[in-house]
This record gives sequence, C-alpha cells and structure tokens, in this order.
Amino acid sequence: MAITNVNEPSALHLPDESILYLDGVTVSFDGFKAINNLSLYVNKNELRSIIGPNGAGKTTMMDIITGKTRPDEGRVIFDDMTDLTVTSEADIANLGIGRKFQKPTVFENHTVFENLKLALEGRRKVFENLFFKLTEEDKDRIHEVLEIIALQEYLSREAGELSHGQKQWLEIGMLLMQNPKLLLVDEPVAGMTKQESEHTAELLTKLAEKHSVVVVEHDMEFVRSLANRVTVLHQGSVLAEGSMDSVQNNQKVIEVYLGEQ
Amino acid sequence: MKHKPIIFRLLETDKGGRYFLAVILALMVIVPFCNLVVPETSAFHMSTYVVTLVGKYLTYALLAISLDLVWGYLGILSLGHGAFFGLGGYAMGMYLMRQIGDRGVYGHPVLPDFMVFLNYKELPWFWHGFDMFWFAFIMIFFVPGLLAFVFGWLAFRSRVTGVYLSIITQALTYALMLAFFRNNFGFGGNNGLTDFKDILGFDLQSDATRVALFICSGLAVILGYLICKFIVQSRLGSLVTAIRDSEGRVRALGYRDEYIKLFVFVVAAMLAGLAGALYVPQVGIINPGEFSPINSIEMVIWVAIGGRGTLYGAALGAVVVNFAKTYFTAAAPEVWLFMLGGLFVFVTLFLPKGIVGAVKNFASKSGKKIEPDANKANVG
Amino acid sequence: MMKLYFVMLFLFVFPAQNIFANESSESINSLDSSFELLTSKSFSDKTKAIEAISESGHPSALGILSSLLDGKLYYGKKDKKIVKIEKIDSKIFKTFDPLNNDSLGEKKKRELRKVGINNKLRGLLNEKIAKLTIFSEDKKTRLQATRNILKNLNPSSVEIIRNAVKQESDADVRELMQICIYAADAQSNDREIKLNAIRSLSGSLYPEIGILLDKLNTEQLAKSEKDTELLEALDESIESTKLKKGFYKQIENIFFGLSLGSVLLLAAVGLAITFGVMGVINMAHGEMLMLGAYTTFVIQQLMPNAIEYSLFIAIPAAFIFTGLVGIGIERGVIRYLYGRPLETLLATFGLSLILQQAVRSIFSPLNRSVITPDWMSGSYEFNPALSLTYNRMYIVLFALLVLFALLWLLKKTSFGLQMRAVTQNRNMAKAMGIRTNWVDSLTFGLGSGIAGVGGVALSQLTNVGPNLGQAYIVDSFMVVVFGGVGNLWGTFFGAMTLGIANKFMEPFTGAVFAKILVLIFIILFIQKYPRGMFALKGRAAES
Repeated sequence: MAITNVNEPSALHLPDESILYLDGVTVSFDGFKAINNLSLYVNKNELRSIIGPNGAGKTTMMDIITGKTRPDEGRVIFDDMTDLTVTSEADIANLGIGRKFQKPTVFENHTVFENLKLALEGRRKVFENLFFKLTEEDKDRIHEVLEIIALQEYLSREAGELSHGQKQWLEIGMLLMQNPKLLLVDEPVAGMTKQESEHTAELLTKLAEKHSVVVVEHDMEFVRSLANRVTVLHQGSVLAEGSMDSVQNNQKVIEVYLGEQ
Repeated sequence: MKHKPIIFRLLETDKGGRYFLAVILALMVIVPFCNLVVPETSAFHMSTYVVTLVGKYLTYALLAISLDLVWGYLGILSLGHGAFFGLGGYAMGMYLMRQIGDRGVYGHPVLPDFMVFLNYKELPWFWHGFDMFWFAFIMIFFVPGLLAFVFGWLAFRSRVTGVYLSIITQALTYALMLAFFRNNFGFGGNNGLTDFKDILGFDLQSDATRVALFICSGLAVILGYLICKFIVQSRLGSLVTAIRDSEGRVRALGYRDEYIKLFVFVVAAMLAGLAGALYVPQVGIINPGEFSPINSIEMVIWVAIGGRGTLYGAALGAVVVNFAKTYFTAAAPEVWLFMLGGLFVFVTLFLPKGIVGAVKNFASKSGKKIEPDANKANVG
Repeated sequence: MMKLYFVMLFLFVFPAQNIFANESSESINSLDSSFELLTSKSFSDKTKAIEAISESGHPSALGILSSLLDGKLYYGKKDKKIVKIEKIDSKIFKTFDPLNNDSLGEKKKRELRKVGINNKLRGLLNEKIAKLTIFSEDKKTRLQATRNILKNLNPSSVEIIRNAVKQESDADVRELMQICIYAADAQSNDREIKLNAIRSLSGSLYPEIGILLDKLNTEQLAKSEKDTELLEALDESIESTKLKKGFYKQIENIFFGLSLGSVLLLAAVGLAITFGVMGVINMAHGEMLMLGAYTTFVIQQLMPNAIEYSLFIAIPAAFIFTGLVGIGIERGVIRYLYGRPLETLLATFGLSLILQQAVRSIFSPLNRSVITPDWMSGSYEFNPALSLTYNRMYIVLFALLVLFALLWLLKKTSFGLQMRAVTQNRNMAKAMGIRTNWVDSLTFGLGSGIAGVGGVALSQLTNVGPNLGQAYIVDSFMVVVFGGVGNLWGTFFGAMTLGIANKFMEPFTGAVFAKILVLIFIILFIQKYPRGMFALKGRAAES
C-alpha cells in the first residue's frame, strides 16, 4: 500500500492498486499557477486526506479531476486508463467519480427523497428520464442510503429546510446513490458540530471500505480522527505525504503553516 | 393508480390545472354556441370579432405556457421567444399565401403578390412545398425547433447562462427582425404576409372557419398544457428545476445538462411555433414586427404576472395582460405604455410569484391546506 | 511684390494675343457686346460671352464670372441691362452695376430675369475663373483654381498652368499644377512625353486622373498596333492609383469604424461598469442616452444665441441629469432586487418603456433637431481620396477622453478603489467597511451619467427621438458580451472591434446584413469565450 515516489516519471499504466493518478498537472489563472506540476497517486479503497493552507490548490485540484477546470499541462488518469483532462464533466461523473462541493450543494427546492431519486445510479439520458418510473429496487436503495445518512425522518422535507450538517450528509448520500468508485469530498465538516463531525468521520471511514475517498479538510482534528494517509499541498504541488504524525513533524510543513521562524 | 389514463395521473395533484382545463373546455363550447347558435339580436350573442379576439388570446396563452417551461422551470430568461412564435406564424403564412393562388391582385398563378411586385421570376427554393398543408404543418414545428436546436446547442454547450444568455436570445430575435424586414429576404419585407383567402379550402372570413380556428386554438392550449405538464412531472422535470437551482450539482451527478436544456428549449420552441401558426390565420397578417425584441420581452411579463413555474398561471397572465392591452390601447393609448412599464416594475417588486403565487400565499395564510408543488409530489 | 507684378503682367499681356482689343475703352465696348450675348437664350451665345469677358482683361471680369456662376447675375426684362443683385428678401433685390459695383437701387424680382446657365457653362465658368485666379495671393484660391482647371482640362488652360508653375512658390500648389501638366502631356502625341507623363501620374488620387488613365488605356487597347511599353506604363499607373485609393478607402473605413466604435463605447461603458460592479443589466440604459440627447436639445432651446458653446454646457448638464435619474432608479427599484439579475432586467425594461413614453408625451413622438455648432461641421481633406468629418473626429476624441477619465477615476480615486473592491468580492468589501449601498448608487449614477454624455455626442450624429436609445441598446449589449465586464479595456476593444467590423462589412453586405452578421458572429464568439474577451478567470470568475 505504500505510495510510490510522487516524482516518478509518468507511468504508462497504473499500478493495479491505483485508481487515480495525476501526472505533472499545471494550471494557471492570469499568470498565477494555482497548480504547479502536481503529481499524485490515490489507491483503490484508500481514504486520503489532503490538507494545505489557503490557496494551496486543493479545490482547483478537485475541479481538474472532475473536469470543471482543464489543466494547461499534464494528465489525469483514472481507473481504466481514461484521461480525465479530455473527458466531459458528465462522463467523468458516470465513470464513477462523485464529488461533494465545498459549499453544500443540494437541490434546495426538491425534497430529500427527490434529491436522492435524481442521484440514482444510471438512467442519465433525456428520454429515459422523461419516461422514468421508480422501481422497487430504487426505493429500497433510496431508503438504504437514507438510513446511512440518518435522514429517514426527513424524506419529504425540502432540502432547503435542512440544517447545514444535514445538507452535507444529504450531499454525501447523493454521492452514495451514484455508487461511485472514487469520492471527492471537499470540506465535509465545515460548519458542523463536534457530534456531527464524529458521525461524518465514521461515515467516511465506512465508505472507504467499498470506495476510494479523497477528503479535503482544514479541520486538523477531523483529519487526525480519520487516521489515514495525509498529503500536504502547498503552492500547487505536494509538499509532504505520510501519516498525520509524520507530516506534522515535517520541518517544511511547519514552516508553511507557522511561517518561517 | 397505475392503470389510470395518463391525463388523470397528470392532473391528480394539479388542482389549478384542472380548473384551467375546465375553463378552456367550457370556452370551447360556450363561445361557438354564442356565436353560431344564439341569434344576433340576443344579448348573449358573441360577435365573430370577439371570437377571433378570444382565439388570439388562446394562442398567446399557449405561447406563455411554452415560455414558462423555459423560464419558470428551466430558469432561462429567453428574451427571444417571439422568434419561434414568428417563425411558426411565417410557416403558416406561407401556406396561406400559396393558397391564394391566382386570386391575388396581379393574378400570377404561383407567385404571391409581393414577389410579382418585387420582380421575382420564380418561387424562391424555400417557398416550395408550402402549397401543401401537411408540409406547412411539419414546418410549423420543424423550423422553430431547428432554430432552437442550433441556437441552444451552441449556447448550452458553451455554458452561456444568466443575463448573457438573455441578451443573446434578444440578439437572435433582433437579427431575425432585421433579416425579415429586408425585401430581398423573400418574406415580403416590412409588409409581411397578408390578404389571405382560405385555409384547407375554407373561407377565412366565414364565421364557421373562425369558430373552427378558435376550437383548434383551445385544443392546442390543452394539448400544450398536458405536454408541458407531462414533462415537468416526470423525473426529467425534476432535473429541469434542479438545473435551474443548481446546475453544477446536476452535472456532478453525471447528467448532460446541455441535452436536458436543449430538449426543453426545443419543445418550447415548437409549441411557440404552433401558437404562431394558429395566431396568423385569426389575425390575418404576419410581419417582421413579431420578431421585435419588445414583443418577446412583453411575453415575459405575461408569465411573470400570471406566476411563473405554474404553467396555467402563465396562460392566465397572457390573457389578463392582453385583455388590458386591448382595452387600454383603444381607450387611452398614451397610458398603455406607462401601464405596461409600471407592470414590469410592480410585478418584479411586489408580485415575484405572480397572481397565482399571491393567491396561494393568501390561501396558505388564511389557514387552508394547499396542495404540494408538482415537484414535491410522488414521494415514496 | 513679385507675385503682384506677374498678376499685372498676366492681366495685360496675355489678353493682348486675342482678337479683342487691349485698350480699356475697347474692352468696355466688348463687355457691352458680351453682356448683350448673355441676355440671349442660346447657350452658345453665352459661351461666347463668357469667353469674351474672361479674356477682356477687365478688372471686374472675375467678379462678373463669379456672380454668373453663383446665379447673381440678372437682367432687366425691359431694358436688358445686366445687373448684379443681392437678395433683400424673396421679392426685392438690391442691384449693382457689374462693372464697378455702383449701386443701382432696389428692384422688384419680377422686373428682372436671371442669366441662366447649364452644367457645361458651369464647367466653362469654373475654368475661366480658375485662369483668372491662378495668380491670386491666397494659396487656397490658387489651389482651388488649379483644381478647377484639372476638372475641365483643355489646351488653353494647361498653357496657363505651364506659365503659372514657373513662378509658383508653394510646393502643394506646384505639385497639383504639375499633375495638371502631366495629365495634359499624357494625351500628347509625342510618345516620350506621353510615356513620361503616364509614369509620373502613377499613384495620383484625383478622380479625374483615374478616369483619364482608364480612357487612355482603352484607347491604347483599341489600337491595332499595340505599344507594349505604353500599355505597361498605363497598367502600372492605374494599378498603383487603385492600390493607393484602396488604401485610403481602408483608412476611411477604419475611421468610420472608430467613430461608430466610439459611440458604442460611450453607450456601453456605463453598462459594463454597472454590470461589473452590481451584476445588473440595466435595460433602461439606452434611455439614458436618449435623455442625454434631449438634454442637449433643451439646452440649445434655452440658449439659442450661443449654439457654439451649447455643447460645453450640455455635457455636464446631461451627466448630472441622467446621473440623478440613474441614482433615482437604483434607489427606487434596483436595490430591492439584488441577487435577482433577471428580475432587475425586467424591471429596468419597464422603466425604459415609461421613460420613452414620458419623452413622447412631453416632447412629442417626432424627432427633434439638435444643431451642430460650426466648429464641428465640415470635414478635413487629407488628400483627394480621404476626407474626414470633424464631428466624427471630435466624437472619437471625446470617447477617448471619457475612457481615460474613467480609468483615472477607477485607478486613482478612493471611490474607484471601492468600486473595484465591490466588483471583485462584494461580501469581502462589505466586511472591510465599504458602504456597498453607497458604492452601488454612485456606480449606477456614474454609468447612467456617462450614457447621458454619450447621448450628447450622439445628438451630433443622428436624429434625436424617443426611440434613440432602442437603436443602440442591442449593440451596446453586444459590446459588453464581446468585451467582457470588469475591464474597461475589454469594453474599449469590444466597441472598436464591433464598430470597425460593422463598417468593413457594410460595403460588401449592406448595413443591415452587416449588423446581422455581427450578431451571428457574437453568438458564435460566445461559444469560445462565454464571458467575453477579457473575462476574469479563476476564483474571481466564480462569484
């Protein structure tokens, strides 16, 4: 399970255990390099945390993986050797990459049930949706997920009426409905109470049993509670990687977070 | 529940829609009766002028419903919806022109009067086929649909949204207006198409034909309403409103939002084309003024006043505003533009959900139980 | 002094070759007979009379011919006496003796008859007047005289030029005279002279030369024995003339494009600012232009005796007036609609209808004429193929001035700083203690004020009517879409590109079709750049 050297020259195919490989990715906005020659592996069924100071390029990295932003250089290889930098956003989602946005993004005018119904796996074409009928399996699946995210009692509430934490869970629930291979989770515990955070940590750990999960988070305590491998981004490239303890004792990381002393 | 006819399933949770369709059906019975059966001396007699006027309102209602599908549900403020209405109207107008045959002023067997006047030697290629009703009938849907498809494909694919999209739709109808105003464009220049004689062999001036057109307009409104209702009640409809509220999430779920938008946009354009096609034989003329940006933006205010996102509200708004327009442009033309302008401001400031929204609000405040919205139904 | 001497020499020596006598008594006699011929109905008689007068050497000859050309020469219906007139009103004329300008008293119009001339005579008169003025002290008069000779080239006038060029001290006049001479030589029978002349005429921009060269070319081609060297020289000259003319045509197009672009810039820049800062599209923006134009009209009505200065008052007046209207709209309507850009669009559209109807009710639906001050009318001729009108030049300058003033405002003042802050991140700006409400109001006022000023400029180019704004609003939107928001240079390049594109396509497609093509182009353009040419990227674009 050891992560290979991030600076290894571009491999032509992924090691069997890898699901995502960013290869020398660079993107700049008006001359500012948000991502600078970033290379990174994520393994199957791995729960990876990504931390870094503001402007380190965490969200931009997610944008690149999901096809929202196209890099100036580099490749992003997913699972079956697909280069995500030339794949459409919708296709990337259908390949099995789910994303939770930094700001909770659910359909606020739809009920919790409708939200999950729209997230159901498959059936993405226009006419399939025009003549869509909810099957018994679909209903079972929705209730299954409702249970995981603890929103059974809210199924006919409008999502806009949910609390901030509940919206975060609903969004994660929607990701689950998609049954993705890789989940990208951007700041899942922002604005959550300590209790809610703990529940979320449990949820993500459980998810990592079946899926690969990449979590971007500021909350160090939360990252520590995930007890997994941590990657530190700084100025658009990897600064350090390893366990939380080793990263926290890394001199470079300390400098970046606390300023040079 | 599953075996009920589809109409019942559509209207089950749609109380407003049931009332709306009932009113249209009643009109389709009462108006012809009052016009054809009730003697002219009776106070209940309805003149053919009124029949045509109400028929015109019905085509506007259909137009408003189609615009509501795009604006109220999909969230795209189209300031160029009149383009599709106009194109449908022109397609019908071309058929009616060809029907005149050699009865025009110049008596040319094939060429319409304006072409003889402009020294055309032969029929332009795009006028061929319009002597046949079935062909014109297809074109009524095909031409607006095609324009919506091409334009939508370009705009949605590159994710033009919000006010940018609104402005571009306005540019679209503006460009069409400029083009149709040109004499050498082949559609009669600023005079447009007029002096129609008959449709499918029936005299356009006769009362019976007018009533038939009225009934067709009523049927078209009902059909258009049901089609739109079917779309917005399906899972696709949920997606449509989901796109309106959070486009990024829809895309992240793996849907091609541009295709969904395109589908709705094209359907709405076709319905607008049908409305235009029914409008033209009733008012007897189509000219490039139909493409003017102000017309399209006026349609938006119908929908806003009635209540967007409710379909029947849009239809209601179309009728209310146009009734006011008919009244005031005759009684006090100076006042009308002040009123129309004032309506835009008033509705956006004080009636953001339109008449229907205000009524619902009032009903819920006074403690009555209100039906859930279309997109909240179907739970479990 | 030298010049005066030559003038005298010319006046006295040159006519001496003619059959008419060179003594003053005889010349007066000959003028009498010429005057008689002028009263004749026959144009050939009149031709003789003009010839005679011009060659009489009489000191008033020039005056008489000019009066004839200007239609001021009349004769009594009864006595057939030629008089020069000055109109008092449409019925009564003051009359003068054409020979010495002595007043002959007032006469009624119906007692007199005008000495009529036709186009051929007009050409002749121009030529004769040119001959008489070619030695004038005034450079402009000499240029004009030479120009007139070029227009009706004939052997006798060329002779004058040949003499005149020797003593001409001014380079411009000499050059034009030289062209006249070459034009004459090009028709010479001497092959060498002809060849040389044709080569020398290469690249000349006068329309007459173009026609002459074409004529010579067809003559040569019609000949059975072709002189290849001559033909080549002709080809080369025609080609180079065409090339040069084409070049100046392009410059003219660019200038027209720039002036249209300047109008678009004035119309769109306020729109771009309000859209950038507030995310709001103001559909009533076109009406701000209209109000600005009407302000000009009102100011001119208020100061009819000082039209020359009216614009200097109209500009600040329009800025303040439309600016206040803008602030009123923002305070009264738009601030209640923040975060709902589409609703704002509808509400402001309603306001535009109200403003239009208000103007229609107050000023009538008809167009109002705004007077162009003298210093803005006319045009500057760079060369025969290129002359640019002053009003357009001033508008280009004015638009640039406004642009730089705005840039200064945005970059150097604290209000500008706050405005840019709100554009980039409204919430952060608010958190920093910027009064965003206040910034919004002033921004809207500023945008409207600029449009008002644009309206003043527009009133100098087009009719002022209630629909003035409508004509420019779609184009202004296109500029904003094309140039993007939040960057004044984007608006500048957007406006100029659209202006020039429009003007360049017009000759090929016609004005309307050019417009349609531009609209289609923008619809396609937005594919590639959904947020305009100069859009913000990255995080700034998200909010």
